[in-house]
Amino acid sequence: MSGLLTTILIDSIKVAVVLAFLMGAVAYATYGERRFAAFFQGRLGPNRAGPLGLLQPLADGIKFMFKEDFVPRYADRLLYRLAPIAAFTPTLILVGVIPFAPDLRIAGLVVPMQIADPNFGVLYFFAIASFGVYGVIIAGWASNNKYSVMGGMRAASMMISYEVGLGLAAVGLIMAAGSVKMSVIVSQQGAFGGWFIWKQPLGFLIFLIATFAETHRTPFDLPEAEQELVGGYHTEYGSMQLGLFQMGEFAHMVAASALIVALYLGGWQFPLLGGLDQSPLLHTLAGACVMAVKTFAVVFLFMWVRWTIPRFRYDQLMRLGWKSLVPLALFNVILTAVLILI
Amino acid sequence: MAAKTTYPKHGFRREMSFWERLYLPAIFRGLRVTMKHFFWPNWTIRYPEEKPDLAPRFRGLHRLKRDENGRERCTACFLCAYVCPANAIHIEAALASGQERERYTEEKYAAVYEINMLRCIFCGFCQEACPCGAIYLEEEFEIADYDLDHFIYGKEQLLDPEGSPLKFPE
Repeated sequence: MSGLLTTILIDSIKVAVVLAFLMGAVAYATYGERRFAAFFQGRLGPNRAGPLGLLQPLADGIKFMFKEDFVPRYADRLLYRLAPIAAFTPTLILVGVIPFAPDLRIAGLVVPMQIADPNFGVLYFFAIASFGVYGVIIAGWASNNKYSVMGGMRAASMMISYEVGLGLAAVGLIMAAGSVKMSVIVSQQGAFGGWFIWKQPLGFLIFLIATFAETHRTPFDLPEAEQELVGGYHTEYGSMQLGLFQMGEFAHMVAASALIVALYLGGWQFPLLGGLDQSPLLHTLAGACVMAVKTFAVVFLFMWVRWTIPRFRYDQLMRLGWKSLVPLALFNVILTAVLILI
Repeated sequence: MAAKTTYPKHGFRREMSFWERLYLPAIFRGLRVTMKHFFWPNWTIRYPEEKPDLAPRFRGLHRLKRDENGRERCTACFLCAYVCPANAIHIEAALASGQERERYTEEKYAAVYEINMLRCIFCGFCQEACPCGAIYLEEEFEIADYDLDHFIYGKEQLLDPEGSPLKFPE
């Protein structure tokens, strides 16, 4: 019985830590986005709230909280209220399968630094990530606004065309790893030379591009193309409901970055880190730090690309998805299969 | 007869080569450019703490000038009020006599000289029109206020205190 209690206690602590980290990362991703955007444009960005503007996310949060909670008259009230929740919740449970540090061996216990390690880890991530689009579609529909509907429809069709490429790219990786379990995939990669980005460069590229589409980031941010669709699917939203959409988007970005790190960039592993094996606590902490740094590097890549490439036109996006990414991903699968056979 | 110019059927757009159609090389070049900008110095002036460098020809708040003897240069000729496109200047002229005469360059002077800062568009025409070099638009620009009544600037606000640096007509 005490074993069960210990498990529950440890798992709750892990959930709390991961969620706290995720929300912090989301808050500071919004700050980073604005700050880096400013740097790319020769500006300073938000630098007033607190030292270097570091309290800006707090100020934004307070502002969102105190704004009027408004429902347009012609909106479908229930769905309108439901949509932000449906968009935000999946992004929170995404991180559950991501191994974020080496196992902690303490007091005779082996604590895996991962909330859950199911046999279908990667598939779980894709399945839950696809749920996020429901919130977007529901929001577009419930707002009863043509721009919102168009944003929602774009999100849906993008989802269909990019999930295929994403999944197929991951198939190549899963074949190379021989497992769908996240912890196995991460531990297989080793300190540096074994990272799957070296073994699956094409797959990594496809996965990365598809992830940009999956998280609705520029150049594939068509569901919220401001210049064409006002605000896209969240045109009619305000106050904390809009905040939930945006937090969901950033949480999705952080989670997807963590996934990329776990799948292709060696997870928490880094050269020289193995030397810390003697003290497990230090090893785990260092691993978690490496994971965080890598994740933020990928998040920074997302922001960097945002200020480099203009948005794709809708038909270009579809062409890229179906005519380039899917065949290339298939080719990658076949290539991987042939290489494994040899 | 000159040959009629012929245009390619699809305009001048040429087919992209395979390398260009890959997009990725161009994207990497773009990423390099934006990264260069990332480390460039920024142009932001942190305004209330840092003040902008004003150009010598900057047109800020008006100053009514004095001559080398500390006398008011304005002779109430009304040229500034006449040229003002926003009708912002209101002048009432008066004749100086006796002791008063020493404070003004001419006999005629502006007893009331008001500029409505809500109307003024800071075009500087008054400065150009002034034959006496009595009005200049200088560098003060922080004239915001909470009360509309405070925007009609009279001589108390506009006139240079005695002993201020001289400025002469161009």
